[in-house]
Amino acid sequence: MLFPAFLRRAASTPTGAVGLAIVTALVFLAVFGPTLTPYDPYQQAMEKRLQPPSREHPFGTDHLGRDILSRVLYGCRVSLGAAALVVSISAAVGLLLGLVSGYFGGFVDEILMRVTDVFFAFPRLILAMAVNAALGPGLLNTMLAVAAVSWPAYARLIRACTLQVKNETYIEAARALGLSHARIIFKHVLPMVVHALIVQATLDFGGAILLCSALGFLGLGAPPPTPEWGLMVSEGRLYLATHWWVSTFPGLAITTSALGFNLLGDALRDALEVKF
Amino acid sequence: MGAYILRRLLMLVPVLFGALTLTFFVTRVIPADPVGAILGPQAPPELVDKIRREWGFDKPLHEQFVNYILGVVRGDWGRALRTGRPVLRDILEVFPATLELATAALFVSVAVGVPLGLVAALKKDTWVDHVVRAFITIGSSTPAFWLGLMMLLLFYHRLGWLPGPGRLDTSIPPPPRITGMVTIDSLLAGRFDAFANAVAHLVMPASVLGWISSAGIARITRSSVLEVLSKEHVRAARAKGLAEKLVVSRHVLRNALVPVVTVIGVTYGGLLEGAVMTETVFSWPGLGRYSTNALLGLDYMAITGVTMFVALVYSIVNLATDVIYAYLDPRIRYG
Amino acid sequence: MADDTLLRVEGLTVEYRTRAGFLRALDRVSLSVRRGEIVSVVGETGSGKSTLALAIIRLLPPSARVAGKVLYNSVNLLELDEESMRRFRGREIAMIFQEPKAALNPLLTVGSQLIEAIEAHDEIERSRAREMAVEMLSKVGLPDPERILSRYPHELSGGMAQRVIIAMALLLKPKLLLADEPTSALDVSVQAQILDLLYRMVRELRTSVLFITHDLGVAAEVSDRVAVMYAGKVVEVAGVYDIFEKPLHPYTVGLLDSVPGSGRELKGIEGEPPSPLNPPPGCRFHPRCPYAMDVCRRQEPPEVEVKGDHYVACHLYAHR
Repeated sequence: MLFPAFLRRAASTPTGAVGLAIVTALVFLAVFGPTLTPYDPYQQAMEKRLQPPSREHPFGTDHLGRDILSRVLYGCRVSLGAAALVVSISAAVGLLLGLVSGYFGGFVDEILMRVTDVFFAFPRLILAMAVNAALGPGLLNTMLAVAAVSWPAYARLIRACTLQVKNETYIEAARALGLSHARIIFKHVLPMVVHALIVQATLDFGGAILLCSALGFLGLGAPPPTPEWGLMVSEGRLYLATHWWVSTFPGLAITTSALGFNLLGDALRDALEVKF
Repeated sequence: MGAYILRRLLMLVPVLFGALTLTFFVTRVIPADPVGAILGPQAPPELVDKIRREWGFDKPLHEQFVNYILGVVRGDWGRALRTGRPVLRDILEVFPATLELATAALFVSVAVGVPLGLVAALKKDTWVDHVVRAFITIGSSTPAFWLGLMMLLLFYHRLGWLPGPGRLDTSIPPPPRITGMVTIDSLLAGRFDAFANAVAHLVMPASVLGWISSAGIARITRSSVLEVLSKEHVRAARAKGLAEKLVVSRHVLRNALVPVVTVIGVTYGGLLEGAVMTETVFSWPGLGRYSTNALLGLDYMAITGVTMFVALVYSIVNLATDVIYAYLDPRIRYG
Repeated sequence: MADDTLLRVEGLTVEYRTRAGFLRALDRVSLSVRRGEIVSVVGETGSGKSTLALAIIRLLPPSARVAGKVLYNSVNLLELDEESMRRFRGREIAMIFQEPKAALNPLLTVGSQLIEAIEAHDEIERSRAREMAVEMLSKVGLPDPERILSRYPHELSGGMAQRVIIAMALLLKPKLLLADEPTSALDVSVQAQILDLLYRMVRELRTSVLFITHDLGVAAEVSDRVAVMYAGKVVEVAGVYDIFEKPLHPYTVGLLDSVPGSGRELKGIEGEPPSPLNPPPGCRFHPRCPYAMDVCRRQEPPEVEVKGDHYVACHLYAHR
């Protein structure tokens, strides 16, 4: 497919280059971070609690004496992994439903539209909170909750793309040749919608990171002592006035990660539109 | 026009019904044992059974659903677990605080977002454009809860320029409650000290909410203006010899603002979402904080009520936006 | 400048810088229009004819690089600052475009757009401006002009909209009208009406017109003189009779041959217009020209006056 071509074009713009750099760094940290951490992220040391940033602890220590830099690095794997799972699930579900709905139309399509309408009647965070709360706290439940509120956007997008493609003449030609629906969908429709899917998924990655960390902040995500960024910000809240570093650095990590994916997603979107 | 509004109102009903169904599904069907979860593992089984029967959780699901829908329609939204009071009353008590916050945030986001988007579009590809686009992306990437904490840290704890969490300093007696919005009530009561203090308390949370939404508004303004600039009628207006200022205000901005109004409407609804986190951080006693506590405490009646209310408000805001859009664009009106 | 010459374009060149390189839309174009004269500019898409009009009224996109002279009553329009140029637009030089409804702001009433055209140049009372607008609307043949004032553009038909556009352009009685394919987007039945209206009005007001079209038939009907453009250059200019009866440039001949009903044997021109990024060396037309000589591949042909007022740029006539 045309994957490398437009990725290269996206990377040629300054925003795209920065986004790609950030995302690459994040992925690297997510995979290798835990081996690079100077300290054990779970190791408590009460005599070292709440120390300001220093050469030994560039991000300082938290209320249990743990090294914040190590915890932030470790949290990269947690956050990125969670977001990856969320995006995979919601994109897959949205892709399937969008394709079927857009291609076959009719009753199935109507149902899907009404269902997504209902989901869109809620702000994403509130619905995600409700699902997460109903399922109980925990990282897996957080991921399921965020996926549950994310899939409708994919479904609508893919449906719109499918509708556009469906009316193209080459689809009619394929039908006239006697190709089955499944073959047409996978060989002809799917490649055309994949580009939009990639852009949406990249942008949504940032959104997933933000949502998961928001739920973590509220205590609905991974329980302590997991080094999840949102949870870490929440833990540092008590000490905000006097020990600013505990909340600041994890939050900075969240912002940077979301920023990287948003920049990359924007650059990809521009690169794709230029194609068409 | 009237027919259009009526049609849209009717379309609301199935959506709201769907929203209620979804809430029912999430709050009653998903959890394994709702009542047990609320009362906790220590609760004696007889108590759990008693509460279960009292709340009708022992009946078959479809019967529960029917009662649930009937209850909502009747206006009986149950009693909140935490407060023991009718949920609807709780909601109406806390909602004005959120309305106050959301409106202030809307002013901020429009006042910041629209000019930035306009300038970026008019000066496309210059450094101004790049700075604005950077701002837009950063604004959409910042988590609201963290930004709130950072602002508190800087402006309250370190610089002391702005007051801390809450709507009013504890030393200032609140004005008598008329609308529930402290700023307006202070003005109505002639209490300018309370008004000034309330506004001061409003600055940070409104800025946090406003900053994040202004990114979205700036983005849509920019792309909308760019699109209008490429339209024929703009070139034709210049060909008539109109002054550039007039071309921009009458033929570019006016046309570009129509989709922006739509986004503003959607943003207003979305501010509710941002309010959840902002109210938590700033201890703002609004619907956001109420919802969070209800959700975390598995307060089913309250959750149901809040969900219904939120879906209703969101839908009404969307409807109002569509109506305004139809009013602004004559093509929609007669179409 | 000759007494009756209103507009003289000298050596006008317009370039755009694109990612793929420099795109030359107009290459040293020279043309003149006399007072009260209708000159058609004929050519295919990409010949640069629209660019010519936009360059004269200075409404090219900011990325365009313009060189040469555009003399309007001895004033070089290209040297004016923006504010001075603005005062020429609408009042001295008006322009109408192809899509009438697209040229009107969909959110504003027709009346407000007519009135603003007047108020942009004249300190005038609103009621008087309204009167002028109504007068003009009825002159262009619109029934019930008062009601039209409060209509929105999407409520008008294509033909009605173009009448409004014509009214708006001629409201301030400009001396030069640039018309960029004003009938091309209209239904065939309406085209003739609008063309007729336009012709009558500019004759009555003694307005000079630069009429841009790809349709030779239209050019034959309205013009005093015709200029033929190809790939950014003017290849032939002559009186309307001479162009059609005694065309000189091979491209002109080819154009006439490819139009059915001109009384000639129907024949197309082989090949395609060149890419403006990479025009062929020498004469731009040589790859498609049945009379191409060696010199045509190497040198650009000079513009030569073959007879009184009949100019052609072709090596076939260059030595005369």
